[in-house]
This record gives sequence, C-alpha cells and structure tokens, in this order.
Amino acid sequence: MSEFHLYMAQRLSALVMAPFVIVHIGVMIYAIQGGLSAAEILGRTQSSAFWFAFYGLFVVAVSIHAAIGLRTILGEWAGLRGGARDGVAAVIGLGLLALGAQAVWAVTA
Amino acid sequence: MPERDHLTVTVQRGGPGAPMRPQTFEVPAYDNQTVLDVVSWIQQNADPTLTYRFACRVGMCGSCAMMVNGVPRWTCRTHVSKVLDGNAIEVGPLRNLPVIKDLAADMDPFFDKWVSAEGMHHPTRTRDDAIEAIDPVAMDRQEANAGIECINCSVCYSACDTVAGNPDYLGPAALQRAWTLYNDAKDANRDAILDAVSGRGGCHSCHSMGSCTAYCPNELDPLSAIAGLKRATAKRFFGGRKG
Repeated sequence: MSEFHLYMAQRLSALVMAPFVIVHIGVMIYAIQGGLSAAEILGRTQSSAFWFAFYGLFVVAVSIHAAIGLRTILGEWAGLRGGARDGVAAVIGLGLLALGAQAVWAVTA
Repeated sequence: MPERDHLTVTVQRGGPGAPMRPQTFEVPAYDNQTVLDVVSWIQQNADPTLTYRFACRVGMCGSCAMMVNGVPRWTCRTHVSKVLDGNAIEVGPLRNLPVIKDLAADMDPFFDKWVSAEGMHHPTRTRDDAIEAIDPVAMDRQEANAGIECINCSVCYSACDTVAGNPDYLGPAALQRAWTLYNDAKDANRDAILDAVSGRGGCHSCHSMGSCTAYCPNELDPLSAIAGLKRATAKRFFGGRKG
C-alpha cells in the first residue's frame, strides 16, 4: 500500500469515526443519567444488530486510523524504517482490531 | 539600540572530518550591519579559513542562509540589531543538511528533492509553435504566482521539523515548486507531478506545522501550497480532474 493510500485510509477512517465519536459520547451522557450499571448497558447492547454494527465499524475504523498514525510516529520519533516500521504498525492495528472485536462481541452477542 | 563597540559572535566550525565546535570572535559593531557582514568581517580580518557561502548580498540568490541564534535566516538581509541576544550572536550551518565545512551546508539533498518532486517543466508546445497566451488573472495562474518568487535558500527546509524526523520528506520548497508547476497552464504533465508528490516522503508526510511559512524570508506560503497538493491528489483519487 502506497503512502498516499495510507494517507487516504487514515483520512477516510477519521471521517467514519467522527459521527461515531459524537454518538458514543452522546449516548454515554444520556445513559449515565440516574446511575450506571452493567445490566443497563448490556440490556441496551445485547442482541442488538445496530450496536453490533455501530461498534464493529467503529473498531475497524479505529484500528486502521491508529495504526497508520502510529506508523508515522514510529518513523519520525522512534527512527524505525521500512519493514520494521510497517510490521510494528501492523501488529498494533491487528491487536487493536482483536481487542476491540472481542469487546464488541462480548457486549452485543 | 544601545551603543556598543564589539559584538560577541560564536561561529560553529567543523565538517565531515571534524566534529562541530563553537569558536568565538569579537567583531566591531556598526550601526548598519547584517549577519553576513559580521561573518565576512571574521573571514577577512580574523580567520581566513572560515568557510561560508554568499553571492548577491541583496536577497535574490538564496545562497547565504545560515542558522542565526538557532533560527534559519537569509543572513544578507538580516540586520544584526534584530537578532542580537544581549550582545551576542551564534551562527551555524543550516539545519537538516549535511555540512561541507563550517557555515557551508551541502545543498545537494535539497536540490535532488526538487527533481524528485518533479519540479521540472513539462512543455505543452515546441519551439516552432506560437507562445501560449496566459491569462494573468486566472485562478490557477494566481496560485502559481504565489510561489514563484522562491529563491531556493532552503530556510524552509531547515525550519521544517518533518524534514528533521523524516529524511525522505521532500520538504516545503520542492513541494511548493511542484504546486506552482501543477497550476501552470504551460505544464503538460500534471499527473506526473501528482505521482511524484504522492510517493514516499511526498506531500502527505507534511504535518501542517507551518514553520516553512513562518520562516520564509520572502514571505511565501509553502504550507498552503502543500495543502493544495494534498487536495489535488485526493480529488484525483475520487476521480476529479483539474479542468
């Protein structure tokens, strides 16, 4: 994947995340009115195709966005080059995806 | 400016064979004195082995840029009174470039990147054709005009923290050159320009920190030129073409 395609993937994933972040924060503020419990959260998310799709896409976008951004930092700040930089960034991206997907599955399945 | 007889001028000496080390000189102070005057005085009166570079002395040729008190500047147009720190000035070779000796930086990487950014003319006509008429108020002509007064001094390149962190980065001057050509009605290969600035170290590496625009001695705006290239490449990605 070229630098330009990584640039576009990072911008497009940011575009996807923007409404997700607003809804995520909005629901958090709404949901904690009158206390917060695990049962209440799970009651909203379990077996919900909407929240599965919402947080599923959110996690995919975060994994892409963060991995590309950290790849740049690894190059400019940590001095990694070539395959080492790409490899570390890919592991971070896949790790975020695995952790996020596991969490989404746990609260929406 | 308070009256003073002498300036304390610290000059970075050294090069590839010898590590850089500061050397301090006492230089006579005058009412009207540029940093280049000060460096020249040292070379002519104190140490003829001091190496530095200049040509026009009037801000046109772009050859005399150096770090002055940690800031890249065109020394021939930088008045001593504007940069004095107490009674002292520190002068060093341009940042982000290899040092040939003392204050002379090796400009090869800077100019190589102009070529890598496709900063070259792609003609639309041959010498046998009539000269193309250019509309001076056309939008793209004005975009091009905004960047053509670059004197290649490399002040922006030295000021850029992205260049410092990413040696592949083409840098503000080369990308601004690419942007002026992209907006030139007489350039026949805009796709080649966008291809050149989309690769490794291209315009997408820029973090928009804006040091280039802040330090450009000619008050040009490479930051906006690079933003223009980013927009043009994104437009091409979505199938949009420049008309």
